[in-house]
Amino acid sequence: MAFYQNIPFFSIFLAMFSGTISSVLPRKAARILNVVVVSLIMAASAVLTVILYGQGRSYTFMMGHFPAPFGNEIRAGALEAGMACFFCLIMLLSMLGGRKKLDEEVEETKHNLYYVLVNLLLSSLLAMVYTNDLFTAYVFVEINTIAACGLIMIRQIGRTIEAAVRYMILSLLGSGLFLVGLVLLYDLTGHLLMSNIQESVGMLIENGEYTIPLLVTISLMSAGLAIKSALFPFHAWLPDAYGYSTVSSAALLSSLVSKGYIFLLIKIYYRVIGIDFIRHNKLIDVLFIFGLSGMIFGSISAIRENDIRRMIAYSSVAQIGYIYMGIGMGTQDAMIASVYHILMHGATKSLLFIAAIGLTDVSGYSRQFIQITGAGYRNKIAGVGFTVGALSMVGFPCFSGFISKLLFAQAAIHNTGKMLPTLIVLGISTILNAIYFMKTVLRIYTPVADSDYPVLHMKDQKLYSGVIIAFVITNLLLGLTSVFIEEWIRRGLIVFG
Amino acid sequence: MSRLRPSHQNKREFRFKEWMDGSVDPYLGNLEMKPQQLTEETKEQFDERIQDYVRLNAELYDTEKNKGVRMFRILYRISSVIWIALLIGVMLLTVSHLPPNGDPDNPVNNEVSKRYIEQGLQETGAVNIVTGMILDYRAFDTFGESNVLFIATVTVLILLRKNQKMHNEKDMKEDQDDEKYEPQSDTILKTVAKVLVPVIFVFGLYVILNGHLGPGGGFSGGAIMGAGLILYCITFGFEKTERFFTEKTYKWISFTALSVYCLSKAYSFYTGANGLHSHIPLGTPGAILSSGLIFVLNICVGMVVTITMYTFYAMFRKGDF
Repeated sequence: MAFYQNIPFFSIFLAMFSGTISSVLPRKAARILNVVVVSLIMAASAVLTVILYGQGRSYTFMMGHFPAPFGNEIRAGALEAGMACFFCLIMLLSMLGGRKKLDEEVEETKHNLYYVLVNLLLSSLLAMVYTNDLFTAYVFVEINTIAACGLIMIRQIGRTIEAAVRYMILSLLGSGLFLVGLVLLYDLTGHLLMSNIQESVGMLIENGEYTIPLLVTISLMSAGLAIKSALFPFHAWLPDAYGYSTVSSAALLSSLVSKGYIFLLIKIYYRVIGIDFIRHNKLIDVLFIFGLSGMIFGSISAIRENDIRRMIAYSSVAQIGYIYMGIGMGTQDAMIASVYHILMHGATKSLLFIAAIGLTDVSGYSRQFIQITGAGYRNKIAGVGFTVGALSMVGFPCFSGFISKLLFAQAAIHNTGKMLPTLIVLGISTILNAIYFMKTVLRIYTPVADSDYPVLHMKDQKLYSGVIIAFVITNLLLGLTSVFIEEWIRRGLIVFG
Repeated sequence: MSRLRPSHQNKREFRFKEWMDGSVDPYLGNLEMKPQQLTEETKEQFDERIQDYVRLNAELYDTEKNKGVRMFRILYRISSVIWIALLIGVMLLTVSHLPPNGDPDNPVNNEVSKRYIEQGLQETGAVNIVTGMILDYRAFDTFGESNVLFIATVTVLILLRKNQKMHNEKDMKEDQDDEKYEPQSDTILKTVAKVLVPVIFVFGLYVILNGHLGPGGGFSGGAIMGAGLILYCITFGFEKTERFFTEKTYKWISFTALSVYCLSKAYSFYTGANGLHSHIPLGTPGAILSSGLIFVLNICVGMVVTITMYTFYAMFRKGDF
């Protein structure tokens, strides 16, 4: 076995071990450790992506001395490795961008606990991305849920506590449904390893046995993960959780936590149930409809919002709707568009959250639109970052949002049954997006005559400016090199199932 | 735009610079727009607004007057009952279609459980097959589970540990009043606890150390030890427990246990996956020092569970160790 094949295992264990170490470190050391570990894993995953992309195949890695159905197993292909690399990149940038805010908002003695949460969150994301065992996935879903609760409430004001409670209840409901589905699936197939389950499920489908329990299982798992990733009718926990937590948490939650669950769902569809069965199942039509309604209603809620952070949060509901719409279309092209949208939304939403915090900082910490008027002049780099993020979300050419909308539209054309609703809702949603994002951009670039708010220059906030620039570059890269990224996702999905 | 301005001011670059600096509003005069004005309100206006808000809410949710709210509530209840009944029906239907309970031909009775039962002893060295399964065959999942406990404690610490900033006199007084409620003068409790606590500890240790030989293991033994610690704390108060269990103890125990688990399992996984020879002896099955890493891992899990239980108690009781 070649040495590079150990990278997924090392990444997961490094992240978990750094979480353990952080609990005894002083806050500065924990901070450095976090940056070092995340960058290391990012670099290693990037190397792995390049190697596996070249090879065009995936491999399994035995966790322990016992081969797969008896022991645990992880499996890595180009898509998984690249996703891990991307998650690390966004985590690194979000943590660096929100560092100053974290110092202000969180009690100093609790900082190292924050890094414990972040490191364990990373480990759980990596494990969800790489695992080939359904029960391992569930264990790490639990870690992910608890870490996310901690991330929300570490800034201790009333609203975050309330948001964390709400998140906990809905998220545990999701975990519970997922667990029930898992148990039923185990009862039907006798396996926990994804590839073995797929084999057994294939036989069950062929023989026409256990049709009802199988359908219920798939629905329970989909519903559980949809609740956890805030698909439209289950998004009640989202605006407060994203809107009031400290900014790194908001960025991590919106770009990584919900995306991890969606990635797990895609993996279950491909590797556990078998994508061919899913495509001919009516269940994805339900996801399709929920996705479409999310795109509209999320945007409408965002338009009605008078608080910039909550507006960005509601925009997430719409974007999650896009991803589920792609899954619901049930073609390979649409799935590629969905995976691309995961990347695009991860990169853009964290940029928006971090840029918004720069704007509110120069507006007396108020998030009301009336106060942030002209903030783009007072904090130029934040204004530029927000504008780029907003343009990308709306779908301006060159930025990643344009490509993902294009991919969705192209996928819709080849899907005769769902073409019309997809294209119509895509159009409406783009207009609604433009309404609230462009309104905000106009607002922050509307000059105010004599404001007594401070002006922040780039040299006063070097780290923050660097992070915004890195985010903008990531966004442009995603948009301009989309051909390669699309090819990478396509190749990754072929060996994914 | 205007011919009255000097020529250089009409240039595009100049206008762009003006717009960048914010010295001129490009929308003013071109776009119908009212400049925003900060509203200031007096105390009376504020009170009135609050009162309006309260009155409005009271009237909105007054079901006597507001028929819409009443209808909504009734509809909400009915629909939730229907929805739950539907879900129960679906789940019952599913259960009725599942493989019959206890049938030897069930899919669950396959080669996996067969190998666990037949070869578990030789391969893991643990007499207790369940321990062999969770700490050797599927040790990665169990490592995840111990991390779940660890992260749960971390989250409880974040939520409930007292913030130094907010620690004012009122809180201090509350603390002292609170400590009165520890039933320290209860003779029955004290006498019983004096006898019971050592027994509970020894029993907990036995369950942990014996996990690979008989029923028990880190999770159950740790729960017993944790219960013993909590009983000790209830009886003798925090001053007594603080002598041997402070935040530092918590930190270092969880750190040691999880690090040992992580590093030893990392070694085992690495050798296993790469086909290298592992230097961990399995020992004679049945002896106390046997079954390779399982013995060590049981102790680690036991320690994590113990301190998790006690930390939960201490945090909910006092918000501090």
